[in-house]
Amino acid sequence: MTQMVDLPQVRGVKNIPIEEMFTSGHRTCQGCESALTMRLMVKAAGDRTIVTGSTGCMYVANTTYYTSPWVVPWMHTQLGSSGAAATGTAAGLKALMRKGKVKDEPINVISFCGDGGGIDMGLSGISASLTHPEYNHLVLLYDNESYANTDIQVSGSSPWGANSTFSPPGKVHRIMNTRWKKNMVGMLAAGHPDCRYLATSCGSYGLDMTNKLRRALTIGGPTFIHSIDPCPKGWDYDPKFSHELGMLAVETGLWVLYEIVDGELFLNGPSKAIAKGMKQRRPVEEYLSRQGRFAHFTEEDTKFVQSKVDDMWERWWGPGVIPINVKED
Amino acid sequence: MSTTIEKPEQELLISGSEAIAIACSMADVDVITAYPIRPYDTVMQYVSRLVADGEMDCEFIVAESEHSQFEIVKHASAVGARVFCGSSGVGWFYAFEALAVTAGLRLPVVAMVGNRALDDPGAFGTEHNDALAVRDLGWMLNWVATAQEALDTALMAWRIAEDPRVFLPCAISADGSFLTHSQVLTNVPDKSLVDKFLPRYDRGDKVLHPDNPITVAPQVNEDWLMEIRRQTDDGMRRAKGVVEEVHEEFRDIFGRGTPSPFFEEYMTDDAEVVFVGMGTLALPVRVAVRQMREQGIKVGFVRIKWFRPFATEEIKACLSRFKAIGVVDRDYSFGSPDFGGVLYNDIRAALYDSEKKPLVISFIAGLGGREVRGQNVVEMKDVMYEALATGKIDRDKQWIGVRR
Repeated sequence: MTQMVDLPQVRGVKNIPIEEMFTSGHRTCQGCESALTMRLMVKAAGDRTIVTGSTGCMYVANTTYYTSPWVVPWMHTQLGSSGAAATGTAAGLKALMRKGKVKDEPINVISFCGDGGGIDMGLSGISASLTHPEYNHLVLLYDNESYANTDIQVSGSSPWGANSTFSPPGKVHRIMNTRWKKNMVGMLAAGHPDCRYLATSCGSYGLDMTNKLRRALTIGGPTFIHSIDPCPKGWDYDPKFSHELGMLAVETGLWVLYEIVDGELFLNGPSKAIAKGMKQRRPVEEYLSRQGRFAHFTEEDTKFVQSKVDDMWERWWGPGVIPINVKED
Repeated sequence: MSTTIEKPEQELLISGSEAIAIACSMADVDVITAYPIRPYDTVMQYVSRLVADGEMDCEFIVAESEHSQFEIVKHASAVGARVFCGSSGVGWFYAFEALAVTAGLRLPVVAMVGNRALDDPGAFGTEHNDALAVRDLGWMLNWVATAQEALDTALMAWRIAEDPRVFLPCAISADGSFLTHSQVLTNVPDKSLVDKFLPRYDRGDKVLHPDNPITVAPQVNEDWLMEIRRQTDDGMRRAKGVVEEVHEEFRDIFGRGTPSPFFEEYMTDDAEVVFVGMGTLALPVRVAVRQMREQGIKVGFVRIKWFRPFATEEIKACLSRFKAIGVVDRDYSFGSPDFGGVLYNDIRAALYDSEKKPLVISFIAGLGGREVRGQNVVEMKDVMYEALATGKIDRDKQWIGVRR
C-alpha cells in the first residue's frame, strides 16, 4: 500500500460522517461504551477498511451469526493475536498489491482488542506489530478494565482494589487486587521509537477520538490507541452514567488524554487544561464513589488512590505518561 | 502416461529444508513468517537468503513467537495471500491455538514441521508427536522421506490446500536432522513447469476485502457449530480425492512420484511380514529388509506418506495381504490401546473390518532422534515371526533399542 486512505481531520462534531459502519445486530449491554468506541472507530475509518477483532466482549456480543453489525469486512482473531492479525492482514495486502494480484489501493487495517487480550495476553504481539514501519495499521485497545465478557475477572488493566469475580473483597482480605493498572501507551511509546502515533482516548470525547483515529490511520506505519470505556456491568453503576464516568475519569486525572506524534507529546482536552493550570483536578473520590466495584473502599483506600494519581501528575515524566521522575544533577 | 518435461531440470545437492525453501520461491509465496527453533528453522534461513538476494518476492516476517508466526500467516491467507510457515517440537505447540483455528477457518496455510522431541527433557532429535498433535483438527498431514519428496510435496501441498473443494491447512513433516539437515542430489524443476502445475490462490467469495464485506468467524454456538464441523469433515473427505488427482497430475507434468500418493511399498510382492512406518525411518528399514531378503526372509516395508487424510480403503487393501504387520512408531501415545503408537492404532483400526486380518504389532523406536539400526529391524522381525508361530504378541518387546 503506497498511500493511505484520505481521512481529513474533522472540524466540529457536526462534521463527523453520518454513515454508520457498525449498525444494529449487536447485543452489547445497555450503556456499553466499548460499543460506542467500535462505532466511532469504523465511522472515522469509513468503508475502505478491514477490521479484525480479538476475543472479548466486542467479539462475543457483536457477531452473533446472521446478525453481524459490521458493514465493513470483519474477522475474528484469537485473544492474544490483535498485533499479529494487524501485521498479517497488512502484510498480505501489501504483497498482493505489490505483485499486482489485487488492485493497489489504500485500505485501512484496524485490529482491536480488549484489555485482557491486549494488555495481558497480546502484549508481545502488539509490541512486535509496532516494530514494522513497513505495514500500515492501527491496533485499538478498548479498555473496560476487566475480563468483562467472561464474568468480570480482574485483568492487568483493572484498577487497584476493584471488586471483580477474581478479586472479591472478603472477610480477611478487603483488597484482593493489589496491582496497579498497567501503563500501556507510555510503555509502548517508550519501547517502540519507530511507532509514529500513539494516543489515549475516551468515548466521552467523541470528536477527539474521531480525529485521533484518523491521525492514526493516515500517518503511516503501525499505530496504537488505548481507549478507556466505562462498563456498567463490570464497574457496577446505572448505565445512564457511562458518559459521565468517562468524563470523571479524565477530570479526576486518573485517565490522561494525550497523543504522541512522531515522538512529541501533546495533552488533549481537559487533561491539557489541567496541566496548564486552567482547570483543577477533581478528587478521585468523585469517580470512585460512583461505582459499585469500589463500594468496599475505606477512606484510606481512597486516599491511597488519590496519592497515586497525585504522583502521576506531579512526579511522572509527563502526566500519566512515563512513571519516571527525571532527577536533576 | 508420458511425461511432458520441456526443459532439463537442475540437479542440486540440497537438504530437505533447502528443498522446501526452493519450493516456496517457485510457488511465488506471498507471506512467510519465521521464528527460530531447531531443526525446522533451517528452511527459514534458506528463505531469508533467497529474499535477501532478490531471488524471491515475499513479505518475510520474523515474528516474536510461534503463536504470532502462525496467526500472521492465518490472517494473510484470509485476505488472499499464499503463505508458508513452520515450526518444530514445543514451538509447534506454542502455536497450537493458532493451528486449531487455522483449520477451523478453512485457511490453506502450508507449514513445514521439522519433527522434534517435545522437550523437557531437552532433545533436538526427531519424534513425530509434535505434528501428530493436530491430527484431529482438520490439518492435512504428510511425512516425506527425501529432499526430493519434500520439494515435490510442498508444491503439491499448496495446490491441494488451496483447492476450493478442500480449503484446509497442510503440514509437511520432515524428520529433524535426518531430512532437514542432510543433503542429497535433488532435481529442481524449471519454474515454467511449476507455473503450469500450480495456479494462483483464489479465495473467491470468502476473501476478506472491502469489496467483499463479509464477517468471518462470528459466534455460532450450538446453533451452527455442528454444521460447520461437518463442512470441515466434508472438506477432509474431498481432500483424499484431490490428493489423488493432484498427485497424478504432478506425475504427468514432472515425471516422478510413487504410484500411490498415500504410501510407498518396498519389496512387498510376496512378503509375509511387513514393517509400516513414516518418514526417514524408510532408510534403515529398507536396507535391513534388503539384507533379510538376501537370506530368503520374506519381509517388506510400507511407508505411509499421507496420515491425514488417512487412505483407509487403500491401506486396508494393501496391508491385509500380509500375515503380520509391524507398525514402527517414532512417537508415543501413553495410555492408548495396547500402549501402542499413534500410527499403530490408526492402522489397527483400519484393518478391523477387513476379511483377512493380519497380526498387527506395535513397535516404538527411534525416539528423540535415536538411530534405528539394522539389528533393531531384525529384532522386530523376530518378534513378528515369533508372534506368527505362537499366535501371541510379546508386549514386553514393544520398545526397540531402549536400555532397560
